[in-house]
Amino acid sequence: MSTRTLAGVAPPVLTFVLGVALAELVIRALDVSPLILPRPSAVANAAIREAGPLGAALGQTARAVLAGLLLSSTLGVAAAVALAASPFMKRAFYPYAIFFQIVPIVAIAPLLVIWFGYGPRAVVAAAAVVSIFPVIANTLAGLLSVDPALADLFRLHGASRLATLWKLRLPWALPYLLTGLRIAAGLAVIGAIVGEFVGGGGLGVVVLGAMRQQRTDLVFAAIGYASLLGLALFGAVGLASRLALRHWHASETKR
Amino acid sequence: MDRAVAIALEGVHRTFRSESGGEVPALAGIDLAVAAGEFVALLGPSGCGKSTLLRLVAGLDRPERGAVRSAAGRVGMVFQDAHLLPWRDVLANVALPLELLGRRPAERRAQAAAAIEQVGLGDAAERYPAELSGGMRMRASLARALVTEPRLLLLDEPFAALDELTRMALDDELRRLWRAAGLTVLFVTHSIGEAAYLAERVVVLSRRPARVVLDHAVALPAERAATLRAEPAFARELGVLQDALRRGAALP
Repeated sequence: MSTRTLAGVAPPVLTFVLGVALAELVIRALDVSPLILPRPSAVANAAIREAGPLGAALGQTARAVLAGLLLSSTLGVAAAVALAASPFMKRAFYPYAIFFQIVPIVAIAPLLVIWFGYGPRAVVAAAAVVSIFPVIANTLAGLLSVDPALADLFRLHGASRLATLWKLRLPWALPYLLTGLRIAAGLAVIGAIVGEFVGGGGLGVVVLGAMRQQRTDLVFAAIGYASLLGLALFGAVGLASRLALRHWHASETKR
Repeated sequence: MDRAVAIALEGVHRTFRSESGGEVPALAGIDLAVAAGEFVALLGPSGCGKSTLLRLVAGLDRPERGAVRSAAGRVGMVFQDAHLLPWRDVLANVALPLELLGRRPAERRAQAAAAIEQVGLGDAAERYPAELSGGMRMRASLARALVTEPRLLLLDEPFAALDELTRMALDDELRRLWRAAGLTVLFVTHSIGEAAYLAERVVVLSRRPARVVLDHAVALPAERAATLRAEPAFARELGVLQDALRRGAALP
């Protein structure tokens, strides 16, 4: 590990270790009931002891999140391209895109179960619904911020709308899309777990089951697994954006 | 000298509507004829409508009144700043116009490499814009404009953002390319010195809305070098142009 990577990783690891140790001490000292707030050591214990079922649930949730993200990024980019087609399109349809931003997923999840039935399809739909707005909004901002001089250059050489979209507008919007995906990744995990509360399966059901059995330690362990999933996705999008933009974007080259 | 007319503007008017609904006239009755093979500088204050004029000549915009005729054939354009695609290396950037025109990959690569060589960027063909200096980026932009072998080259204050030395080097480069390729050049600038040094003919525009204040044939030798800038003949040209700019600024 290089010193720079170490310098980047060490502070958050240090604060995590200190925070956990502090929580352990405070909970022990105040003798808090494990039903309210289990000690970090108890949570770690549960996370290891139940690793089998938790891991299987994590896999299920991860599959739903990935499918949801795939869906929201594809549909989101397509929607942004349509909205960017003309000022009329944007005025007429963008307000409906904002619907996805303000809709409470908790309220809409039962509806998704009615439409798609119990099981992974409703969960995927929930993950897609909550994660589509940042993709639309960011991609649209990118498509609309294309350098006017470059747009002139494409027109000067008789480029078709399709060629301009493919060779100028979409690549121009790529960094914006990747920023949107970073936000979408975290939201998709939330959407999937809320979807699982209603539609079944995955970490959502583990949380519900543990709650009913008053296994607060297991609830925390499941939350830990879900956080790891969110972090891994966030990291994967970050890595993808570093690879995709390594040559050109100021946010990735000037380090 | 009797040369074919490459560009003709007759009574060209162009007005823009501002956000608040007011009308901002950019061009108010411009007449201008440029002969094939001429190097013409359009000199005027910033924001006077020079860029609008250039976009009209390129066919990227239309006048409300008047006519813009261009018999120049293929057009190349260089903008303020280089405006390269950051995700493409220099070679792919320079080849872009050929790609848009639907040329074959092998032909694109060969012609782009030749254009890159022409502007002296030969060893940077595989580098990305983010890795180049401002001057090198502008050279790449120039190569991109030349790659289609245009008959008319339009430049919109291309070297304004560069340092003095780089700018002078590129001025010389541009004159060399113009003399070698025999193309028509329309060069927009707000720099009196650059207009006098580069062009055979300088058209001075007034402040907005742009009108032609002076159409002036530069009395300097065809062979120009940096030492020219220190000669009395050059200073005389500067005086003439400066005087015309002042008159243009005083117009209502």
